[in-house]
Amino acid sequence: MAETLKPRDARELLDAVKWAIAGDEPLEVISAGTKRDFGRPVQAGHVLDLSGIAGIVDYEPAELILTVKAGTPLAEVEAALDERGQELAFEPMDYGPLLAGEAGRGTIGGMVGANLAGPKRLKHGAARDHILGLEAVSGRGEIFKAGGRVVKNVTGYDLPRALCGSWGTLALATEVTFKVLPKAESEATLIIAGLAPQEATEAMTRAMGSSAEVSSAAFLPGGLAAGQGLSGDATLLRLEGFGPSVDYRFESLVRLFGKDAKIERLDQAASKALWKALRDCMPFAEGAGPVWRCSVAPTAGAGLVADLSRSLAVDAFQDWSGGLVWLRMTGSDPQAEAVRAAVKRAGGGHATLVRADSSLRNTIPPFEPQSEALAALSQRLKAQFDPSGILNPGRMVAGH
Amino acid sequence: MGSIAMPKPDDAVIARRQEIVKALRAIVPGEGVIDAEEEMRVYETDALTAYRQLPLVVVLPDTVEQVAAVLRYCHENEVKVVPRGAGTSLSGGALPAADGVLLSMMKFNRVLEIDYPNRAVVVQPGVTNLGITRAVEGDGFYYAPDPSSQIACSIGGNIAENSGGVHSLKYGLTTNNVLGLEMVLMTGEVIRIGGKHLDSEGYDFLALMTGSEGLLGVVTEVTVRILQKPETARAALIGFPSSEECGQCVADIIGAGIIPGGMEMMDKPAIHAAEDFVHAGYPRDVEALLIVELDGPEAEVDFLLSRIEEIARANKASTIRVSHSEEERMTYWAGRKAAFPAVGRISPDYLCMDGTIPRKALPRVLAGMRELGQKHGLRVANVFHAGDGNLHPLILYDANNPGELAAAEAFGADILLLCVEVGGVLTGEHGVGIEKRDLMGAMFTEDDLKQQQRVKCAFDEKQLLNPGKVFPVLHRCAELGRMHVSKGKLPFPDIPRF
Ligand SMILES: Cc1cc2nc3c(=O)[nH]c(=O)nc-3n(C[C@H](O)[C@H](O)[C@H](O)COP(=O)(O)OP(=O)(O)OC[C@H]3O[C@@H](n4cnc5c(N)ncnc54)[C@H](O)[C@@H]3O)c2cc1C
Repeated sequence: MAETLKPRDARELLDAVKWAIAGDEPLEVISAGTKRDFGRPVQAGHVLDLSGIAGIVDYEPAELILTVKAGTPLAEVEAALDERGQELAFEPMDYGPLLAGEAGRGTIGGMVGANLAGPKRLKHGAARDHILGLEAVSGRGEIFKAGGRVVKNVTGYDLPRALCGSWGTLALATEVTFKVLPKAESEATLIIAGLAPQEATEAMTRAMGSSAEVSSAAFLPGGLAAGQGLSGDATLLRLEGFGPSVDYRFESLVRLFGKDAKIERLDQAASKALWKALRDCMPFAEGAGPVWRCSVAPTAGAGLVADLSRSLAVDAFQDWSGGLVWLRMTGSDPQAEAVRAAVKRAGGGHATLVRADSSLRNTIPPFEPQSEALAALSQRLKAQFDPSGILNPGRMVAGH
Repeated sequence: MGSIAMPKPDDAVIARRQEIVKALRAIVPGEGVIDAEEEMRVYETDALTAYRQLPLVVVLPDTVEQVAAVLRYCHENEVKVVPRGAGTSLSGGALPAADGVLLSMMKFNRVLEIDYPNRAVVVQPGVTNLGITRAVEGDGFYYAPDPSSQIACSIGGNIAENSGGVHSLKYGLTTNNVLGLEMVLMTGEVIRIGGKHLDSEGYDFLALMTGSEGLLGVVTEVTVRILQKPETARAALIGFPSSEECGQCVADIIGAGIIPGGMEMMDKPAIHAAEDFVHAGYPRDVEALLIVELDGPEAEVDFLLSRIEEIARANKASTIRVSHSEEERMTYWAGRKAAFPAVGRISPDYLCMDGTIPRKALPRVLAGMRELGQKHGLRVANVFHAGDGNLHPLILYDANNPGELAAAEAFGADILLLCVEVGGVLTGEHGVGIEKRDLMGAMFTEDDLKQQQRVKCAFDEKQLLNPGKVFPVLHRCAELGRMHVSKGKLPFPDIPRF
């Protein structure tokens, strides 16, 4: 008798979790469900839907602080912030287009669970860099809080940050506090046309190593650039800030790259739209080929793509100054061993299988396998939060 | 000695001292093991000097293998271990245990790799915070988190405390600037997390380790991100007739969408102490002084400084000065940077507190502090990371006057409780250590604290690493693990189901 439980507040959630513990009933935890097809398929008799625990609790623009219930749609939060000229500066990506065929439905809880970030990761980090505190229900059936509602706080272990990226396997956040930031007054993207991948990496590295305060840097090869209204291989550098500052830094980059560079400029709306598309991995939204998300040292990304391309048919583009490599396999085989071996050869990092049939995600570990000691530590941590293994069992690692 | 009690030492372990020293000598040769009392003295306290305790023995390993072997030995033989960096903790985090090994990491003092293209530096944990910047500044880079103790404190200690500094407002705390770690668990297992890539995989152990106050693992290698130095930096020195106006000015600057590189406030006692000490040219006739630093491209800095001048004027600032040279900017900072020693000159002893509050609560908290000062009969000077609400009240006392240390500690506790009352927290950057350990209950429930302690159980089941710190009540892991769930109850008839 599979059913969906939809608690309306932390108390009801607590009841549901306690019931699951007592009856040894594993739960698949979802909110809007936009990332349900991310990670290993969860084997659970019941679905626990957290989207009913929603609403903005407290927003103080002058303090740069926002407290929201975890089921609140991200779009609602972003709209409220936008009204006051503020934003979540880490630019949480929307996996909807890639995984669920629909944009704009994600929630704050999902953002925390997946530790979302976007192209501004380079300068502003991820969800984990902006979370300040939370209230949650653990897999032990207890309500607890951690962190606080101020920007600087080292009182106790940093559980709010540590729960980011735990995919609902440790505890379920009911209320979350974030640091928000003023939105940049203006933005522009500098496009250098025609650089080969390795040259693009060098250009991005030079820009990041300059004082131009580049907030995003990406490389889109010609084949994918066309879909974004660009022609040919495009190296993209984004500048944000007060108008005069953006112009000044744009000129400093133009000087840095010299007369021979083919430079174009995208302003405001066009720049924003482009980065949003890259944020959401739009170049790969269509089609069904397996998609990998690889994280390596920024200068190693181009080499990783070249290495893989020698033996496999892949499409790829790079964000985070080269270090975030999105790969789409041309065939239906994710080629996990080849991809992970190439990441190791590139100096290490990790490869996550983001899009693939559920049967594939069942047999191939979607998250990068860990060293024995680290895997054992992860398992012990899970056991301390969820000893009966009722929260999203098997979602990150088979068996627990 | 102060009033905070440490766990009762285990006499059986102390009785085995000779045997333990011998075993450690077999792991760390020569001068790496110190057991002579006079040589151990330097390790008996950190910067919370009211507390002193000689350790059982001091060990200074210089390889990861030695750290692993020391921890494995102590784990097998149930001996406590207190990790130590430079010993600048203000919360007693590195206070030794009478029945424990003090593990100094200061021989791990090498910069291992500088990778400019990836903007990453790999260092050993005993390298000082400033040492990282020194290693890269010739090439125009720096490591952003800048605690005032940066000349002395180690990056390993920074990880343990999640230290911040003046520039954390714009560039984040330690936790936002660490990319990777190597650590050794109490069992001797060596674990590496993260690297030069931006997001680490699996559970965020970097987040758990940063700010864990030496309770979870011993850090043996750190990869940090470095930044390109801003093109320029200029500062404004702004005086106000009251702290309310100063506080409003801070709110308005942030409200205008400006996040300065640093924004520091001092109250009158702190201004006077600093001015008497370094003659920075601070106005003496103001109640509150604000230093706002802007860094970045010249065009931006000039543009924003003019906006800030307008905002300051609108808030009735009585002095506004803007730096026109690097020398002038450094002078503005000289007083703020010397605030602690300056206060040290006007009082035989001082306690440095560290609460964080919502910025808007500042006037209320300052007024509350004045009242509390009268109640405890002690003076206080305030320096304040105004941008992020982190207060550093310096409580002036004289340890030679009977009862004054106790009064200072009680005053400090009252201030921190006031911070919590207005929606803030007990510590913004100095850590809980022993100093705020017994106040944890003001911020957290039993359940909150137990869940935190369970995290420790995943790392250190026997609770041998840095015991007696952070948590007011120690529970055994077996007890913490017990579940109290009633079997078989079918609840929540009214939760919506589909
Ligand atoms: C004058 C002065 C000014 C200060 N200003 C600031 C400031 O502006 N901002 C700020 O945040 N702090 C400040 N501090 C506090 C202190 O400098 C920081 O907490 C610093 O990070 C401590 O580093 P340390 O190397 O001295 O560590 P220690 O004091 O030796 O140890 C601190 C803690 O870290 C643990 N530890 C040390 N090394 C390791 C390791 N390798 N692995 C695991 N655990 C370890 C210890 O067990 C202990 O719990 C100041 C202190 C002083 C005295």
